[in-house]
Amino acid sequence: MTGGLLEVDGLGFRHADAAPDAPPAIEAVSFSVPGGSLVAVVGPSGSGKTTLLRCVAGLVRPTAGEIRLDGRPIDGVPDATAVVFQDYGRSLFPWMSVADNVDLPLRRLGLAPAERRTRVSDALAEVGLAGTEASYPWQLSGGMQQRVAIARAMAYRPRLLLMDEPFASVDAQVRADLQELTLSVWQAHGSTVLFVTHDIDEAVYLADRVVVLSPAPARVAADVAVGLPRPRDQIATRSSAAFVELRARVARLIRR
Amino acid sequence: MTAVARAQPNASDGAGIGLRLAVIVGLAVAWELVALLANDPVYWPRFSAVAARLWEAWLANPAAWVESAWPSTWRLLAGWIGAVVSGIAIGTLIGLSASARAYVNPLVEFLRSIPPPALLPLFIVLLGIGDGMKVAMIGFGAAWPILLNTADGVASVEPMRRETARVYGLTGRDVLARIVLPSAGPRIFAGLRVSLSIAVILMVISELFATVDGIGFELIQAQRSFRMLDAWAIILLLGLIGYALNTVLGLVERRVLAWQLGATRSER
Ligand SMILES: Nc1ncnc2c1ncn2[C@@H]1O[C@H](COP(=O)(O)OP(=O)(O)OP(=O)(O)O)[C@@H](O)[C@H]1O
Ligand SMILES: [Mg+2]
Repeated sequence: MTGGLLEVDGLGFRHADAAPDAPPAIEAVSFSVPGGSLVAVVGPSGSGKTTLLRCVAGLVRPTAGEIRLDGRPIDGVPDATAVVFQDYGRSLFPWMSVADNVDLPLRRLGLAPAERRTRVSDALAEVGLAGTEASYPWQLSGGMQQRVAIARAMAYRPRLLLMDEPFASVDAQVRADLQELTLSVWQAHGSTVLFVTHDIDEAVYLADRVVVLSPAPARVAADVAVGLPRPRDQIATRSSAAFVELRARVARLIRR
Repeated sequence: MTAVARAQPNASDGAGIGLRLAVIVGLAVAWELVALLANDPVYWPRFSAVAARLWEAWLANPAAWVESAWPSTWRLLAGWIGAVVSGIAIGTLIGLSASARAYVNPLVEFLRSIPPPALLPLFIVLLGIGDGMKVAMIGFGAAWPILLNTADGVASVEPMRRETARVYGLTGRDVLARIVLPSAGPRIFAGLRVSLSIAVILMVISELFATVDGIGFELIQAQRSFRMLDAWAIILLLGLIGYALNTVLGLVERRVLAWQLGATRSER
């Protein structure tokens, strides 16, 4: 199952409760994510990245323009979509064990119980949380909770994976591990991934393309093809001249 | 990798029980002393006399259990369980829909401000003076805190948790049973506790009029024939029943809401 083609076309969004004279959060954003590719969205804080992601997830309706998946306009949450929210703590369920949190979305997929159990324990092992199945989210540190949310998305094997600054609260080593994990899961399952971050390094390292948003109201300031060879390597790729040059280019685009 | 911040058993539990016992014993001693000073055994019986009467007339008297305590207790429980079921069910329906809340709220506020004892004459006309009337009155009065708290708890599920459920396409049943109701659990239990004390009060009131058995009936009989010692013993008995019911509910709550204790403790 490969991921679908995602097209964001003239997207505009204005919060219903925003001040009447405030500019919209998003103004005419267009870009596309080819099926099975990984596109990163970067932009300064408050530029509308989370809002964009919520539109793509079908959680809010755009006030202008259209979002299409495989050519069909999305209306509500598209099938087989997983979201890793920026605010992971509030997206986990404190009354469920870690395993039940990861298992919850699998319940309606019609999988055999044994298959569900393997998926849960595999996903937890992949994010380095083997053995925490019976713990509760509030017994884990913030970074560990975020990894539970990531494991939940991975176990679901989505066609469209939306991640909102997913590694913001983990230390550098874990962050590198989770970047590798994201790449390997993405390559294994061929999902289409939209990855929001404000970390330029991370965007360039992971993505096929980097969409740079302007400060609010969000517009596409640039759409940069990354073109670094895969498989990428934390040390070799990051120290290559091409990487350094791309990173500087994106940084200049954001600052402008 | 090990889990951090595991919930610690509350170290002050043992000391807490000791302190609570000390307060109760202190009150009993104070009562005893005041009664001794008042020196009026008919109207101000001593605590020891009341406790002895409670023991011989009720606790050690199987006949009283069968003839009075049991009829009262089952009506109390039947009314309260009816209130629990209908309060949670209707409260959930109201809580799930913002428009239902807008329409139903004024009606709910109106109905719940009617003191249930004021409805007693109506209930007697409609349902007679039998058990059905008493159960209905207990249930009617006890349902409101549960209904309102459930509606509130259901309506205030963390929006991000609802969105997570939407993203992963959870079925309506899973959303209700695994997300909405557990998340409303703390509010629901707060309602259950309030409603249990209301149910005990209404049980007594429903037995003060037009009745032939029950603890409230015995109380009014004792008062009418100036048996103050018996009246005091019955009041003590009611306290014991309320305390026992609350303790059981508290134990259930600690089991069901164990996650909440841990979650709030680790937030500090
Ligand atoms: N519920 C809301 N009502 C009104 N305005 C909102 C609401 N949520 C966000 N905004 C506004 O929309 C704009 C974009 O917010 P958004 O959360 O999408 O930014 P972001 O790029 O994700 O920021 P960050 O990097 O800090 O997460 C901001 O100016 C914000 O003030
Ligand atoms: Mg954001």
